[in-house]
Amino acid sequence: MNSRTNRTTVRLLYLLSSLLYLLFTTPAHAARIGDLSETSLWDQALRFLTFQDPSVRYALLGSMLLGISCGLLGSFLVVRKMALVGDALSHAVLPGVALGFLWNMSKDPVAIFIGATLAGLLGTAVVNLLKQTTPLKEDTALGLVLASFFAVGICLVTMIQRLPTGNKSGIDKFLFGQAAAIGAADVQLMAVVTGLVVVVIALFYKEFLVTSFDAGFARAVGLPVQAFHYGLMLLLAFAVVIALQAVGVVLVSAMLITPAAAAYLLTDRMHRMLLLAAVFGMAAGALGAFLSFLGNNLPTGPFMVLAATAVFAAAFLFGPRHGIVARWWRQRSRAARIQRENTLKAIYHVLEARNFQGEGVSFSELAERRRETEEEIQVQAAALARHELATLPGEADALFLTPAGWQTACAIVRNHRLWELYLTHTAQIAPDHVHEDAEKIEHVLGEDMVRELERRLNYATKDPHGKVIPGVPVMLETKPEATPGYGRSA
Amino acid sequence: MSPPPLEIHDLTVAYHKKPVLWGVDLVVPPGKLVGIVGPNGAGKSTLIKAAMGLLPVSSGWVKVFGEPVAKNLRRVGYVPQRESVDWDFPVSVMDVVLMGRYGKLGLLKRPTKADHDKARECLDKVKMLPYANRQISNLSGGQQQRVFLARALAQESDLYFMDEPFSGVDAATESAIIALLHELRAAGKTLLVVHHDLPTARNYFDMLLLLNMRVVAFGPTEEVFNYETLQKTYGGRLTILSEVAEAVRVKG
Repeated sequence: MNSRTNRTTVRLLYLLSSLLYLLFTTPAHAARIGDLSETSLWDQALRFLTFQDPSVRYALLGSMLLGISCGLLGSFLVVRKMALVGDALSHAVLPGVALGFLWNMSKDPVAIFIGATLAGLLGTAVVNLLKQTTPLKEDTALGLVLASFFAVGICLVTMIQRLPTGNKSGIDKFLFGQAAAIGAADVQLMAVVTGLVVVVIALFYKEFLVTSFDAGFARAVGLPVQAFHYGLMLLLAFAVVIALQAVGVVLVSAMLITPAAAAYLLTDRMHRMLLLAAVFGMAAGALGAFLSFLGNNLPTGPFMVLAATAVFAAAFLFGPRHGIVARWWRQRSRAARIQRENTLKAIYHVLEARNFQGEGVSFSELAERRRETEEEIQVQAAALARHELATLPGEADALFLTPAGWQTACAIVRNHRLWELYLTHTAQIAPDHVHEDAEKIEHVLGEDMVRELERRLNYATKDPHGKVIPGVPVMLETKPEATPGYGRSA
Repeated sequence: MSPPPLEIHDLTVAYHKKPVLWGVDLVVPPGKLVGIVGPNGAGKSTLIKAAMGLLPVSSGWVKVFGEPVAKNLRRVGYVPQRESVDWDFPVSVMDVVLMGRYGKLGLLKRPTKADHDKARECLDKVKMLPYANRQISNLSGGQQQRVFLARALAQESDLYFMDEPFSGVDAATESAIIALLHELRAAGKTLLVVHHDLPTARNYFDMLLLLNMRVVAFGPTEEVFNYETLQKTYGGRLTILSEVAEAVRVKG
């Protein structure tokens, strides 16, 4: 007991004296990035992919482990709208890293882990203190803590590099990350922390879910919401600290946010988001380690973050629900459908104008009706034919509706006229004001809505302009060979 | 005689030292549907949050069925304000309703099949069963409120606190909710409902709690819903109280 306190005192004195020494030393040269000699790209790739080199195995394993823990915890940050907290926490740990290093002047993973975690928690505590005792809001408090802690950290790191042993220390790797610097002891620590994160989230999934979604309700069912919040913060500090060596202080928050943000775009269930974010984080970690290795031990952090960003960009562009390609495609197909429906409506109008006599509608009739050129009409007719709404027999320059086409045409005209009637009758809008609105609504009215409208309008048969509201013929399972008179006359 | 569902004694609550509720005394008899009404800033939400122990209180105590509220939270159900959560959160309607079972489940336990059945039953009661597997975004205001009600039903509590369950809902949902509240009352539950709309308050509730930083009146609706008490609740005579509250904040 006594000897341990003594040793602690000695170390504290040592720490203090090295700090003092740092303040009064002259600058030395900063460490160069990349300790290995130059080799060709191919050799490096081969070295990496054969996994024979233990340092490669450590780098890869470590990068994947940190990706998992960052992805899991980052998911909770994203859904709790606490992304900035991750950023502040990751910058706030730097002074702790430096002090952990100074503890016995080596990159002892445990000392650095403890120092960094304490610094991170101190940063979080200062944020809370500022929030509670001043009118400042959280974002300001986070910004303050982030910058000031990071500044202290940078000063300490620079001073360590000026120490006689400092420029060989590799402490600068903590700024931008160096996966190759991960050793066996680091991997062990990373495995323990990642295991802890996985187990805690699996065990307390429902508690983390409800406290994240509705903290007030969670407290009302008796859950210790604060304890879960601080538990999450502690795990977050752990995850940041184990990620530091490979990703670096500056970019570690991106490993928290980016995989989780990509997962958020791809799913709407929390458990799937956690799984996806962990996989994305792991993939980004592995890819980042590989790329930095290829480039002769370039900083790993930026590559990892770029890999994660590539995943996010893919989710943003190609995601099935929120992806902009999917959205563009949906818009395009909706526009095409509306175009088809408008053509069908014009065909109906042509047929109606001649009291549904004759079957074919010529392109010139349609062109006149829609005030378009025959070429445009031909394109539209081809679209109708592709969707089996009309047939185009040979050179006749005319089209004939299929039963499905006739049904859709009737439905659109009915929707239009029902809506006009509804607006004039129920909403008391003048009959000459309703057409434009109906032009839009006719394409979006669903079957249920149409039934409701018909009921409310007492199954009226004439629209405000005196035109007949068509019924929709029942679609036959087998297509008849011909559709004489379209089954209905005015 | 069994203890009352809710007993509040001399409850004072302050935000940043500024008192927002003064010396509230309240004993709610069982099986009543109680409306809490009062102007904006009267402390309606504060009262029910403090009653559940969600806010630190400056003085006073709250008992639920004769026990301190913290010990009896399982007999308390809660419908928070709809705006208090992020409706884009990646959970399904079913997930939210299952949260109503968490209090009974305790730590480390997963919802069982029985919990899922119960949640489905509650969703059916608010006519939201067809939406069970949808994400909660894209629900209308009325549907969101029904989901919260279903979650509270899943708590199977004896005393319910509801924070503005009628705000932002359509007429159909409003009448469905009131029918549900009557059903709960018939089953012997006690309900305290924060309500914004005075004209309907008269018809909806058995008892009214008129609140404006303190209890102005509490009693059967027909007794307390009159010009004088409403004037006291909504009128300008409370300026002294708010001025003192401000002074406490500045000097305290």
